[in-house]
Amino acid sequence: MAFATPSAGIGTRRLVVGAHYGVGNFLLQRLTALILVVFFALLGVRLLLAGPLDYVAWASIFVPMWMKVLTLVALLALLYHAWIGVKDIWLDYVKPVWMRLALQTLTVLWLLACAVWSVQILWRV
Amino acid sequence: MPAIVSILHRISGAVLFLALPFLLWMFDLSLISEGTFERLAMLASSWFVKLVLLVLIWGFLHHLVAGIRYLVLDLHVGHDLPQARGSALAVFAISLPLTLVAALKLFGAF
Repeated sequence: MAFATPSAGIGTRRLVVGAHYGVGNFLLQRLTALILVVFFALLGVRLLLAGPLDYVAWASIFVPMWMKVLTLVALLALLYHAWIGVKDIWLDYVKPVWMRLALQTLTVLWLLACAVWSVQILWRV
Repeated sequence: MPAIVSILHRISGAVLFLALPFLLWMFDLSLISEGTFERLAMLASSWFVKLVLLVLIWGFLHHLVAGIRYLVLDLHVGHDLPQARGSALAVFAISLPLTLVAALKLFGAF
């Protein structure tokens, strides 16, 4: 109890060394959201300016290297954003630990697969 | 009203997550070649696929607009209940008309 006195009012159980209480994920959820808002806004403006799209006009958007990198960064932000959000859903509604672990593992593996797939899609254009 | 925006934010996020393989697959088809691009266009001409796309467009728009509202709330703007109710209503006032525009475009009204 002696350790608890300096920070009285937040409860003794909270003084676990190294626990960040999800602050990092909280901030990353917002950072990735901002990246996505900016990316989709830019893509939206680009598409509105382009007018009716055929294959060549659409595909040529993703040909420059900087656009591939920008799109990949946005997709990775999306996948990490999805990881935090989906993990919160599992944690809220699924109580048995083994089921949580199984669902979280599947989610991570699936999102990693999507990341690899995204690279292939972008670098094939 | 804020509670409805909140639960729909979660539901739309979950729907978009589940639709991820479908969306990536469409993105892939649209970029591989002229032929796959045409195949995608053919696919998207069926009313059922259009309906699925419309649901996903709604999900995206709601998640986006509600998400921007949360980012503003994080800046400690609009915390009072009347303001929070107003901004929650504004989320629908923006996302639903945009979804309607998408629906009209999708089903060929313009």
